[in-house]
Amino acid sequence: MKILVAIKRVQDYNIKVRPKSDGSDVDLEGVKMGVNPFDENAIEEAIRLKEEGFASEIVGVSIGSSLSQDVLRQSLAMGVDRAILVEAEEVLQPLAVAKVLKKVVEKEKPDLILLGKLALDSDAGQTGQMLAGLLNCSQATFASSIEIKDGEVFITREVDGGTESIVTKTPTVLTADLRLNEPRFVKLPNLMMARKKPIETIKVDDLGVDVSSRLNTISVSEPPPRKEGIKVKDVKELLQKLNDIEGLKI
Amino acid sequence: MNAVGSAQIWNGSIDILIVGEGIDGAAIHASKLDGVDKILKFDAPHLNHPLAEDVANIIFKIGREYSVIIAPHTWFSRNILPRAAALLDVSMISDVLEINEDNIYIRSTYAGNVHAKLKSGDPIQILTVHSSKFKAVGLNGNAKIIDSTAPEALNLTRWEKEKKIDSVRPPLINAKVVISGGRSLGSAEKFNEVLSPLADKLEAAIGATRAAVDAGYAPNEIQVGQTGVVVAPDLYIAIGVSGANQHIYGMKDSRVVVAINNDPDATIFKFADYGLVADLFEAVPEMATLVSKT
Ligand SMILES: Cc1cc2nc3c(=O)[nH]c(=O)nc-3n(C[C@H](O)[C@H](O)[C@H](O)COP(=O)(O)OP(=O)(O)OC[C@H]3O[C@@H](n4cnc5c(N)ncnc54)[C@H](O)[C@@H]3O)c2cc1C
Repeated sequence: MKILVAIKRVQDYNIKVRPKSDGSDVDLEGVKMGVNPFDENAIEEAIRLKEEGFASEIVGVSIGSSLSQDVLRQSLAMGVDRAILVEAEEVLQPLAVAKVLKKVVEKEKPDLILLGKLALDSDAGQTGQMLAGLLNCSQATFASSIEIKDGEVFITREVDGGTESIVTKTPTVLTADLRLNEPRFVKLPNLMMARKKPIETIKVDDLGVDVSSRLNTISVSEPPPRKEGIKVKDVKELLQKLNDIEGLKI
Repeated sequence: MNAVGSAQIWNGSIDILIVGEGIDGAAIHASKLDGVDKILKFDAPHLNHPLAEDVANIIFKIGREYSVIIAPHTWFSRNILPRAAALLDVSMISDVLEINEDNIYIRSTYAGNVHAKLKSGDPIQILTVHSSKFKAVGLNGNAKIIDSTAPEALNLTRWEKEKKIDSVRPPLINAKVVISGGRSLGSAEKFNEVLSPLADKLEAAIGATRAAVDAGYAPNEIQVGQTGVVVAPDLYIAIGVSGANQHIYGMKDSRVVVAINNDPDATIFKFADYGLVADLFEAVPEMATLVSKT
């Protein structure tokens, strides 16, 4: 089996991103960036499937500026075999990303396509499903477990109020939840070795897909602050205050 | 109900799509929602456990007759709607907080730290809405129920089984009161022992932080936050919760927030209407004893 993993470069999850003062966009100046956490789970899962003998090759792909090379290097150091950077200066929206990925899938012909279930920057959670739709293939989103038996893929996934188990036919698009696995730490020698692995660069314009923005950001702002709260001195006072609130019955 | 409320902003006629097997009861219930024109019912054996591929296909087949397609931001719609949007070649706007005229929306990004105002230029607006931000409609309507024939099963995926958490407590999503525990509870036994009596008294649902779930104190279905469930109860009580971004994301729309934490500088206090600096192992049992409601 061949696996394609899609990897996005996003801000570190500990960082509280703020709007620029003119509200035109977010301020990412000097912000620490790295692999989107959910994509790390996707990479880890691909590597495990290879270690268990189910996969023969793992290809990583990222779409972004040349800076996205660093997340691809990181994936190579984890154990991805080779990487593709689709270079785009503009930030692409999920539908455009899905269209670009479709092109890559048509060229690489993977059996499994793994993505994170959500990216920490846009919080949209759409790309995997969109890609599966464009490919007319099966999908299993928010996966917390993936197993392969007799050429079929068994997935446990999150649903409202519980989990469900489904079986998909390949090729299939899977999106990873954080619970899927615990991504490995990269050792320094592996990072050095990853420098020798190839990163192929493709210009997004050469793919012949419409990547124009359908959603135009008018402005960004900080969310309205919550009204300043108060500290109570003990449980009694807390209950008194709660009892005084209209419509709240406790 | 809230999604129908949000749809009214467009002032057009509203239909409801319902899919499944043996869904007459659900269709009748939906037909009572105020302001709805028609219920499009797709009732077929292969829709018993509706799969994303099949439901997206239905939306694809009927989608071009609509200018707006809305669903609540649940795992169910998050799975299906992006696929349908791609089939229709339109973009999608996830977890919308506010809908304005001219297809202008506000949604939160960067784990809730940034609100983005955006305008969609697509011929069909496809969005999921943050239910607690929209008013639910009433149940005095009388919509027509239309039986429709579902397209054949695509058979790309086979449904095997599901595991729903069975609980005597109200479901987290629509509970009026939620109490959440963090890593500080220390063990699954303590988590239960400390939180259950208070939850019983308040008829509350119990939630957990990711740290508590990861430590095995609580099942993952009750994780509140960016990667878990988003709740907006009348009362949210955070117990031994530090207040990480990703947790706040899941509860910040609650009407009244209470935090109990022994660290006076814990971030959670910034999001709490009432903060109590105390040891949870003392304060929570005391609270359970003093609450009058039984
Ligand atoms: C991609 C990503 C997604 C995430 N998604 C989520 C999510 O959906 N939901 C979520 O919750 N987290 C999520 N997290 C994790 C999040 O960053 C925090 O690590 C987590 O919320 C912390 O949980 P906690 O408050 O239980 O633990 P801690 O941060 O360890 O806090 C424990 C708190 O308990 C207090 N305490 C300790 N002892 C006592 C006592 N005896 N009495 C009273 N108070 C006490 C401490 O003062 C402290 O504030 C995510 C992280 C990542 C990277």
